[in-house]
Amino acid sequence: MALSAGIRSIAVAAMLLIMTAMVPAFAEKFAPDGAPDPSASVIGERALLNQVPHVEGQITIPDVKARVLIQPMGRTWDCFHEVLLHWGGAIVILGTIVVLGAAYLIIGRIRISAGRSGQKVLRFKALERFSHWLTAVSFVVLGLTGLNVTFGKIVLMPLIGPYAFGDLSQAAKYVHNFTSFAFVAGLILIAAIFFRDNFPQRVDIDWLKQGGGFITSKHAPAGRFNLGEKLVFWLSLAAGAAVTVSGFLLLFPFYGTNIAEMQVAQGVHAVVAILFVALILAHIYIGTLGMEGAFEAMGTGEVDLNWAREHHDLWLAKQLAKQPLHERGQSSATPAE
Amino acid sequence: MARMKFLCDAERCIDCNACVTACKNENEVPWGINRRRVVTINDGKPGERSVSMACMHCTDAPCASVCPVSCIYPTDDGIVLHDKDICIGCGYCFYACPFGAPQYPKVGNFGSRGKMDKCTYCAGGGGNEAPGSAAEYAKYGSDRFGEGKLPLCAEMCSTKSLLAGDGDVIAQIYKERVLRRGYGSGAWGWLTAYHEDIEV
Repeated sequence: MALSAGIRSIAVAAMLLIMTAMVPAFAEKFAPDGAPDPSASVIGERALLNQVPHVEGQITIPDVKARVLIQPMGRTWDCFHEVLLHWGGAIVILGTIVVLGAAYLIIGRIRISAGRSGQKVLRFKALERFSHWLTAVSFVVLGLTGLNVTFGKIVLMPLIGPYAFGDLSQAAKYVHNFTSFAFVAGLILIAAIFFRDNFPQRVDIDWLKQGGGFITSKHAPAGRFNLGEKLVFWLSLAAGAAVTVSGFLLLFPFYGTNIAEMQVAQGVHAVVAILFVALILAHIYIGTLGMEGAFEAMGTGEVDLNWAREHHDLWLAKQLAKQPLHERGQSSATPAE
Repeated sequence: MARMKFLCDAERCIDCNACVTACKNENEVPWGINRRRVVTINDGKPGERSVSMACMHCTDAPCASVCPVSCIYPTDDGIVLHDKDICIGCGYCFYACPFGAPQYPKVGNFGSRGKMDKCTYCAGGGGNEAPGSAAEYAKYGSDRFGEGKLPLCAEMCSTKSLLAGDGDVIAQIYKERVLRRGYGSGAWGWLTAYHEDIEV
């Protein structure tokens, strides 16, 4: 009996506790004058935004994206664009230029150690050079017009004034939009043409062990492309694919994407493009200032025999096996392959 | 100096879209562009609420910050205006705007956008045109504000749900309403737009 009375008193106490706890919740459903609270079932803005990234509803106009009532990520994207991208982009690009400048001062121009032989070997055929320069020229145009969108108002606008800068940026926007097609065409050509020669090989490890050609006393063996060139190829392909996909999403805004996806597309486009610019700056450096005899490969298509021997010995051996030097009477007029 | 703001009392909005119509008419807004719209949350369900939304004329406006040509700026009254002669129609302000305010006329192929258009708080344009001039009206719409009037959307709201005016004054009106009737679902967008909410 005493036990059951104890249980009963506990149950009563518990019920009282629950009832007192329920009173405020119950009272909330009524306004001060006793009328039912019509807001009782309304979820406030703060609670909604805690559940979903943006508040969305119904509208009576055909513009689907106008359904989004509030998207606070806009402010996050603003922060990314104006702080992270400005500082990160400036550090990456200026940092790359500083590193390349230091490389030029420390290592200097890598010479053909045996000197020029005067004999030429065909390295890139006309179509290969066309693909490269189609991509290269459109890349430079896209890079400059793209950097203008992010850095133009800091670098250029104070110099030429807001109205001239507006006109210039407007033109740059259209140039950027349309040059993208030439760039993608070049990228596809490059991918198709150089795909096979860029597969990783065992010799790439040796090339790396020998200092990748930067240590002039050592010989770094390589096929048609060395590991550095292969990295440029694959990284360019990856970055090119990323900027292409994100770029077309930006070119066709809200075609099947929502506001959050557009923000991500812009973020990916900007970040990858900045890294891409840094990569290509290094590529331009080693192809021009950084190494004697390298530019003519893409310039005229022909390289010096000694340059090929020092940088692409395995490839040269193959070329010579196909057609020995003494048979190449007018090698410049008739391609070897 | 007064700080101009908008406030939509969702308990009073009846989704009549008169504010949308008033805005379109007053500013001769072209077809396909909606400076103001009414969004209904939980349509047809318990707790349904409608909110009239346009540019909130934010504090530290993110659109102005991300604009690559810096053509958007706040006036002394806190109204966010822009200069269409500088705008390049890149669409970045729409990505940054928490309220979907910027609008763009479609001018060419693909998704290419024309000069941005948005609510000007009926305060004319942010360009070089003379205030109240025909050139300004054609480009940006009405300059009621220059005549000492508030935006037409709020002025002719039949339930006085949409309030415009000095932020402190309309916040006080809203507070009194909430206290009197005993409920309110909050000043929609204020926390995001002005970094402050109306605590009752």
